[in-house]
Amino acid sequence: MRRLLLLAALLLAGPALALDPAEQLRDPGQEERARAIGRELRCLVCQNQSIEDSDADLARDLRRIVREQVVAGRGDAEVMDFLYARYGDFVLLRPRLSAATVLLWATPVLALGAGLLLVLAMRRRAGVAAGPQPLSPEEQARLARLERAP
Amino acid sequence: MIPEIGQFALGLALVLALALAGFGLLGAQRAEARLMALAPPLALGMLLAVLASFLCLVASFVENDTTVSTVVANSHSLKPLLYKISGTWGNHEGSMLLWVLILALCAGAVAGFGRNLPSALQARVLAVLGLVALGFLAFILATSNPFRRVWPPAPDGLGLNPVLQDPGLAFHPPLLYLGYVGFAVTFAFAVAALLEGRVDAAWGRWVRPWALAAWSFLTLGIGLGSWWAYYELGWGGYWFWDPVENASLLPWLAGCALLHSAIVVEKREALKTWTVFLALLAFALSLLGTFLVRSGVLNSVHAFASDPGRGVFILALLMFYVGGGFALFAWRAQAMTPMGVFAAVSREGALVLNNLLLCSVAAVVLVGTLYPLFADLVLGQKISVGAPFFNTATLPLAAPLIGAMALGPLLAWKRARVFPALQKLWWVALGALLAFLLCLLLAGARIGPALGFAAATWLIWGATADIAERIALFSRPRTAWARAKGLPRAAWGGALGHAGLGVTILGLAGMGLAEDKLALLKPGESAVLGGYEYRLESIADAQGANFSARRAVVQVLRNGQPVVRMEPEKRSFPLARMTTSEAAIHSTPLRDLYVVLGDEREGAVVLRIHNNPLAPWIWLGAGIMALGGGLSLSDRRTRVAAPAPKAQGVRA
Repeated sequence: MRRLLLLAALLLAGPALALDPAEQLRDPGQEERARAIGRELRCLVCQNQSIEDSDADLARDLRRIVREQVVAGRGDAEVMDFLYARYGDFVLLRPRLSAATVLLWATPVLALGAGLLLVLAMRRRAGVAAGPQPLSPEEQARLARLERAP
Repeated sequence: MIPEIGQFALGLALVLALALAGFGLLGAQRAEARLMALAPPLALGMLLAVLASFLCLVASFVENDTTVSTVVANSHSLKPLLYKISGTWGNHEGSMLLWVLILALCAGAVAGFGRNLPSALQARVLAVLGLVALGFLAFILATSNPFRRVWPPAPDGLGLNPVLQDPGLAFHPPLLYLGYVGFAVTFAFAVAALLEGRVDAAWGRWVRPWALAAWSFLTLGIGLGSWWAYYELGWGGYWFWDPVENASLLPWLAGCALLHSAIVVEKREALKTWTVFLALLAFALSLLGTFLVRSGVLNSVHAFASDPGRGVFILALLMFYVGGGFALFAWRAQAMTPMGVFAAVSREGALVLNNLLLCSVAAVVLVGTLYPLFADLVLGQKISVGAPFFNTATLPLAAPLIGAMALGPLLAWKRARVFPALQKLWWVALGALLAFLLCLLLAGARIGPALGFAAATWLIWGATADIAERIALFSRPRTAWARAKGLPRAAWGGALGHAGLGVTILGLAGMGLAEDKLALLKPGESAVLGGYEYRLESIADAQGANFSARRAVVQVLRNGQPVVRMEPEKRSFPLARMTTSEAAIHSTPLRDLYVVLGDEREGAVVLRIHNNPLAPWIWLGAGIMALGGGLSLSDRRTRVAAPAPKAQGVRA
């Protein structure tokens, strides 16, 4: 089974020429919109590919659905909602904000915040450590020698 | 016979690594000069043993020894010699051996060139490298022995994945591993420093070259991988935020932070704890990268190397080294007293900001890469995290980073004022604004690329402004040339590195304006894209060394004048039963013309045509960054003997 999966992965990873000219919409504006939507959608049976990049049958079907919806005059968000309703979170390459993804979306803020706190803590420690420190005995001896010297 | 010698050498290397780790650590702990003196020869011995083993494997591949299972699984007698050799590391077993070979090379370099290191530090660094080698040699011998025999011999090998039969990919893994493994050396230095409880300017001076070298190689390796994806995979894309790409980006980000903060340790003896932490982190992320690639725990186009059983072993190694390193850090970090104090607005302050932002970007990439796994295992939800997320989440962190990159080098050490530095940059800011407006004017309301052009201008001109300021080009132009010659190479290297990123961003911004078109053409027909006319002349069969192909001839014209003939191919490899498509690419400084051959139907062929403005600059920029690293590395100060750490007592 694992071998089969590997084989499938290899075949899918192989360069495939996605898209058939016949699939494309005549109106370049609509086609551009359909592509932008397609780049946000995952080809569910592929390894980390959007439906625009994949030659798998499923990706082809999804591309057709997206284009049909665009031609039918639906907005970008409506098309996404339609596919989301059918395939769930897995189809979205940009996960929606939810209880499950709040940590993911908060990462930039959390990372930056934690880093800032760490820097502040280190600065405080550095400030304490680097305050005027008494001379060590060797330094005092050296100072005394220097002062005695003519 | 040869595989047995290789196997024996591998076992010998394991014993030597064990001896190196044991004697080195013990000798340094007990301050026994005789034990410590054993470390360099043991490291050199380990290098020789691993090298012998590796050469045995190369020999088995070159003569296509079909009694060796790795060769059977990955090679074939008809393969061109270059790919027979590169096939040695184009598979799991061989690539792990290459990993260890490079580690042994690094240890050999520390042993050979590190004579001016204090002997205890050298012994500890070598011992830690020996310990790392020990784990990976055990991993190879236990789970992925490249010399395993098969009997009876197979009639011939199964062949290398055709996608990997490419000169770019022949050198991609070694470069990447030089980067990954280079961070093993900075890791070893960090652990040694924690064991000694001392980090000083001299330590920073020894660590920085290694961080620089590792980072430069990693930059080249990532650049080469991205270029390969661009021309070989035929999607016209160059970066997919694939887990394995992210795995190489993570140590790059941490290493970038490390080499900057090592400057502060060297020059100002500040940020010591932080630098040690980054050295541990860079190697931790390198190991994590190895784990992610080798275990196949994440879905990825690189999954050809996956095997969960091995993953557990690497995970155990990862826990041991990383857990050990950070535990030591938690225990000993307090012992390192910071020396240099600095105001928030200063060169040091800017470098802290750089560290903070780079680490935050790394955190986003790390969390984004692992989150689907986490959501699946912990929350029981299947979610996808793809390119749109990474682009959205890293941009707010990358933008201030880029903003600070031009400003930082103009700030003085210890205490600086922002306003005078900004004054020096006003013309740079003006240039960036002009680039932004120009792009909006010419390319329409495309904010992303316009911001990219502004960022590129800011970085490239900012680096120029930095150099101009240092040589006083405007204030004292007569003596500027003399000053330019006297400027340390590290200063040139730094400016070049920053400018290189600007060049890469220039390419990325250009690619933001890329267009493509699908056309179904019969011979004699043509399609037009971006002012170029692509005329299909013919389509015919062609024959290669181990493949047969369909090759189209496409004549490109501009205003009726011929520009170039392009010949995209579709190759089929009978052995691997795979077809690959070879894009035809015509690169010019301003754009890449890129044509991919698709299916044929009823005498017509599908061509996918891409017009990729400024694409070559993406990888040229990576080359410039690495060159900057190399230039900085060649600086006198990193070559001459570093000063011995301050003597304990004071002599009158």
